[in-house]
Amino acid sequence: MKKEITYREAVRIAIDTAMEKDERVFLAGEDVGRYGGSYAVSMGLLEKYGSERIVDTPLCESGFTGMGIGAAMNGMRPIVEIMTCNFSLLALDQIVNNAAHLLHMSGGQFNVPLVIRMATGAGKQLAAQHSHSFEGWYAHIPGIKVLTPATVQDAHDMVGLALDDPDPVLIFENALLYNRKGPFDSAAKPLPIGKAKVMREGNNLSIFAYGINLFKALDAAEELAKEGIEAEVVDLRSLRPLDDETIVASVAKTHRVLIVDEGWRSGSISAEIMARINEKAFYELDAPMARVCTEEVPIPYPRHLEEAAIPSAEKVAAAVRTLMKEA
Amino acid sequence: MSLTIKEAKKLYRDMLLIRRFEEKAAELYTEEKIRGFLHLYIGEEAVATGIMATLKPEDGVVATYREHGHALVKGIEPQKVMAELYGKIDGCSRGRGGSMHLFDKEKNFYGGYAIVGGGLPLAVGIALADKRLGRERVTVCFFGDGAVAEGEFHESLNLAALWNLPVLFVCENNLYGMGTRLELAESEPDIAKKAESYRIESHRVDGMDVLKVHEAARKALSHVRSGKGPVFLECQTYRFRAHSMFDAELYRSKEEVEEWKKKDPLLVFRKRSEELEIWEKIGADAIEKEVEKIIADAVDFAEKSGWEPVDELTKYVYSEEVPS
Repeated sequence: MKKEITYREAVRIAIDTAMEKDERVFLAGEDVGRYGGSYAVSMGLLEKYGSERIVDTPLCESGFTGMGIGAAMNGMRPIVEIMTCNFSLLALDQIVNNAAHLLHMSGGQFNVPLVIRMATGAGKQLAAQHSHSFEGWYAHIPGIKVLTPATVQDAHDMVGLALDDPDPVLIFENALLYNRKGPFDSAAKPLPIGKAKVMREGNNLSIFAYGINLFKALDAAEELAKEGIEAEVVDLRSLRPLDDETIVASVAKTHRVLIVDEGWRSGSISAEIMARINEKAFYELDAPMARVCTEEVPIPYPRHLEEAAIPSAEKVAAAVRTLMKEA
Repeated sequence: MSLTIKEAKKLYRDMLLIRRFEEKAAELYTEEKIRGFLHLYIGEEAVATGIMATLKPEDGVVATYREHGHALVKGIEPQKVMAELYGKIDGCSRGRGGSMHLFDKEKNFYGGYAIVGGGLPLAVGIALADKRLGRERVTVCFFGDGAVAEGEFHESLNLAALWNLPVLFVCENNLYGMGTRLELAESEPDIAKKAESYRIESHRVDGMDVLKVHEAARKALSHVRSGKGPVFLECQTYRFRAHSMFDAELYRSKEEVEEWKKKDPLLVFRKRSEELEIWEKIGADAIEKEVEKIIADAVDFAEKSGWEPVDELTKYVYSEEVPS
């Protein structure tokens, strides 16, 4: 059935559907139950499924993430919610040293079918300990998959895809997207993990983005079209694995590249994408690649400084104009 | 203390198996057949042996990087453990884990973990899954005194007690976290007392006496199996060898080590079984011969096993079958 719903509702429907379908699925995290989820994603699910399946945990990211790994190793299908990716650093040992490495270290014996969802991104004046984007860091690590749903449809579909996956999958939900409405088709066949999607066709340059920055890129593309610049906008969707094929095909079509990434520039996922294009499509390029990233500062509290720090449609448009002037 | 000859034999045999296996491993290490880190369990055999003797095959075990003993007495074939130490393809983790990462899914051995404290949350999750899926199983989680300083120790005890999970926590208190004595690492060095603060039934056990460990484990397991929640055992023990093969042991005196060697679990067992008048019936010589052959076979197996082909390097990073 097709309708307009919010990103938040899409995630909730996906969790609800998965829990109805499979007794082994449970949701655990801080305030997911009685509070209704810190972003209200799990509102109402406790009443439906009870506290054994909607599990309020104490404040112990490492403990409950590791619990999720153990439960996944032993036959369950846990969804662990970490309130923000900033807090996930407390669980980094469990995510990296255990979840990501267990299959390999055990010689293929123990897979970890765990889903970890976390909020990511800046824009709510939450200052430097609640506003960062670490999805690019996680994409560095073999053994896990990193998904960054931008659309309402993906916010829904990726939960199911992640649960069906035998390996640990991290889903980064930009906190500013939860209220955003978009089209949702409950009967649509999900686009698999690891596939990027061309969201707007164009011939003049390719803009690669993910998460909330997809919409900034699309807004910029609309503005640029008025100036006669037709940008192709690609939603990366998955940062690990990256869809090299779609990226290279787009570069081969447009010959110019801009990447929008809410991570810091140094050592970012945008740096990785540039390196891959350099390796695989260097002779397709008509100009040096460009990117819009977050300024290299911890995100500040005041609105004007926060806005100045992170990517925006204006910054994207400006970067495109500069790029188009290059030979 | 009620103990059948059969049980006594098994306890002695398992302790001796660990001892001889590790003596051989140390030798092979100096020959550079085994590389990486090698953490020997010699001196602590009574703990793994006494606990594991009370387990059923379906019970789960989570261990540390000093886990050869746990793996052997949980029933992983010595040949597969030795091949793993060699890094060979027939090792219990296909040679990919090495000494610190022994795994065997069939034996419900959930692995050796080389980040101190890192295995504790996993044990909580394994036990939670058993409880939710209605399985009559217990998960035993081994860790050292060093883990007590890690946040995960406290997080995991809290969760296990809060959710009343079937976990047996076994702290192998050998007095040193690598080279730092417990008193220098803990404001409250009484570990069982810490566990009690989480409302977990906790006991302190002489970890050099396999019969005492066995008895304590039997009681603890019956508590856990009856659904009354986790139990914590602090087994007071000592490692006779260095922390790893790279350790010059500057942090403790030879006298202290010699003093503890008087409590060698093999000697203690002999003395206790003489008191119980069962020593003669154990057949120590026959056990020694049996173990000797097992070790020789294990080394032979490891020597003959092959190396994993390099073109399989990237295998098992992700599962091969992903539903479409």
